[in-house]
Amino acid sequence: MLELEHISKIYNPGTITETCLFDDFSLSIEKGSFVSVVGSNGSGKTSMLNIICGSIPVSAGRVLIGGQDIGKIKEFERYRSIGRVYQNPALGTCPDLTILENMSLADNKGKKYGLGTGINHKREDSYRAQLKELGLGLEDKLNVRIGSLSGGQRQAVAMLMATMTPIDFLILDEHTAALDPKTADVIMELTDRIVREKGLTAVMVTHNLRYAVQYGDRLLMMDRGRTVMDRSGEEKKKTSVQDVLQMFNQISIECGN
Amino acid sequence: MLDLLISTVTQGCIYALLSYGIYITYQILDFPDLTVDGSFPLGAAVTAVLLTNGCNPYLTLLAATACGALAGLATGLIHVRLHVRDLLAGIITMTALFSINLQIAGSNLPVERTFDTIFTAAPTMAVLGGANLMVRKLILSGILALIGKLLLDWYLKTKSGLLLRATGNNAALVTTLARDKGAMKILGLVIANSFVALSGCIVCQEQRAFSATMGTGQMVFGLAAVIIGSTIFKRVSFVKGTTAALVGSILYKACIQVAISLGLPANLLKLITAVLFLLVLVIGNLKKEASRHAGA
Repeated sequence: MLELEHISKIYNPGTITETCLFDDFSLSIEKGSFVSVVGSNGSGKTSMLNIICGSIPVSAGRVLIGGQDIGKIKEFERYRSIGRVYQNPALGTCPDLTILENMSLADNKGKKYGLGTGINHKREDSYRAQLKELGLGLEDKLNVRIGSLSGGQRQAVAMLMATMTPIDFLILDEHTAALDPKTADVIMELTDRIVREKGLTAVMVTHNLRYAVQYGDRLLMMDRGRTVMDRSGEEKKKTSVQDVLQMFNQISIECGN
Repeated sequence: MLDLLISTVTQGCIYALLSYGIYITYQILDFPDLTVDGSFPLGAAVTAVLLTNGCNPYLTLLAATACGALAGLATGLIHVRLHVRDLLAGIITMTALFSINLQIAGSNLPVERTFDTIFTAAPTMAVLGGANLMVRKLILSGILALIGKLLLDWYLKTKSGLLLRATGNNAALVTTLARDKGAMKILGLVIANSFVALSGCIVCQEQRAFSATMGTGQMVFGLAAVIIGSTIFKRVSFVKGTTAALVGSILYKACIQVAISLGLPANLLKLITAVLFLLVLVIGNLKKEASRHAGA
C-alpha cells in the first residue's frame, strides 16, 4: 500500500513566481495494482511521481509505504524498493557502457558494489534469454555500447534493468512518449507482462489515452493538483477512450481554453 | 641524445600517474578537478619532509598517496555535501593546500644526496645496482607507471569501478540503483588525487627537491596528456583509457622537451604548456567538426 496523505507542494515559496501545485492532495494505491495516470501538462503527474520517489521535497503532508512514513528516507535509498523508467531513454542506461555492463550493474542492485568482478559471466546466459524475449535482436549485442542503440532498444533494456532485482514499486514516467508508435506498443506490452509476472505495484504516467484505458486496473486523471477522475475495477473496464477524452475537454473548458 | 630520450620517457612515466588521476576525474567522472595543482605538490612536500627526516623512501610512496586521498576527500566533501560547484570546490582545496604545503615543507626543500630515494635505496640497488642512476630511474618509473595502470584497470572492472563509470556517465541511473551518487563522486576524487600525490612524491625523489610552486599547471598537463592519448587512440577500441593516458603523458613531455631543446627559456615553460594544450583542444574540436560533417 502506497499512500500520499494531505500533500501540499508549493514551488518557489515566498517569491513572485510562487505556485501552489498540490493543496491537501491525498491518494492511496493498493498493493499490486497498476495505475495509469493521465492529465494535461502541469497537472502534477510527474511531480506526484517525484514526490513518491523523494526526488523533490514536499511542503507538507506524508508519504507512506505499508503504513510507514518514508519522508525522512533519502531519494537513493527509496529506490531499494522502487524501479523507475523515465521518458528519456538515455536516463535509464549508461551510454558508454555495454549492454552486458549495464545489465550487470542493474543485476547487482540491493547488493554491495565492492571489489568483486563487475561482470558475472555466469549470468550472461540469463541476460541473453531476457534480451531474446524482447524480440529486438539484442541478444547478440551484449558487448555493444548502449549509446549506439536506438531509443526503443535502449528503453527496452532500461525496462529490463529497472525490474531485474526484486522491487515492490515500478514508476513509469511517460516511458513510451519518446518512441515511435510501433516501438511504444512493444514497450507497453513488455511493461504489462513484467508488472503482471512480478506482481509489482505500478504507477504509469502517460499521455497516450489508449494505453491508459487498455492497460492497468485503475485510471486516474489529474488536473491542477487534484484527481478529477478515478476509476477502478469494473468501472475502469467500461471506460473508453471517448469517456476520457470527454473529461479532458471538460476540464479544458473549465480552464477557459 | 639517448640521455634526453631516457629522461623524457622517465618524466612521461612519472607524470603518467598524474594523468591517471585526471583520467578518472575528467574522463570518467566529467569533473574538472583543480585540486590537482595542490595535491601534486602536497605529495612532494610530504615526501621531502619524510626523506630529510630519514624515513624509508618506499614508505613515502604510501604516505604521499594517503595525503592525496585526503585532499581528494576534502574537495569531494566540499562539492557533494556543501553543494559548492565542482570547479570552485577544487579551487578552494587547491588554494588551501598552497598554505598547507608551505607549512609542511616551506617554500623550498632540497633532499640532499646523503638521503636515499627510491632510486638509490638498498633494495633498488640490490636488483638494479648494475645500471646507472638514469637507467634505474627509467626502469623504476616505468614499473610504477605500469603497476598504477594495472591497478586502475583492475579497479575499473570491479563492481565499484563499474558504478564509478556509471556515475560519470549517467548519475540518475546510480540513484535508481539505490546508490549515493555523491559518495561515488567523492570516492572518484579520492582515488584520483591519490594517484596525483603519488606522482608528486616520485617527482620529488627524482629531482631531489620540493618547491611550493611545482603544482602550477599540473592539471593542464594531465588534461593535455589524457586528451592527446584519447585522440590518438580514438579509433582503436582495444586500447584502454589508462594506456592512452600513459602514452599521452610521454608524448606531451616529449613535446615540451623539444621546445626546450630548441632554446626555449625555462621561464616560458608554463606558457608553452598552455599554448600546446590550447592547440590540442582546438585540433580535437576541428576533428570533431570534420567527423560530424562526414557523418551527416
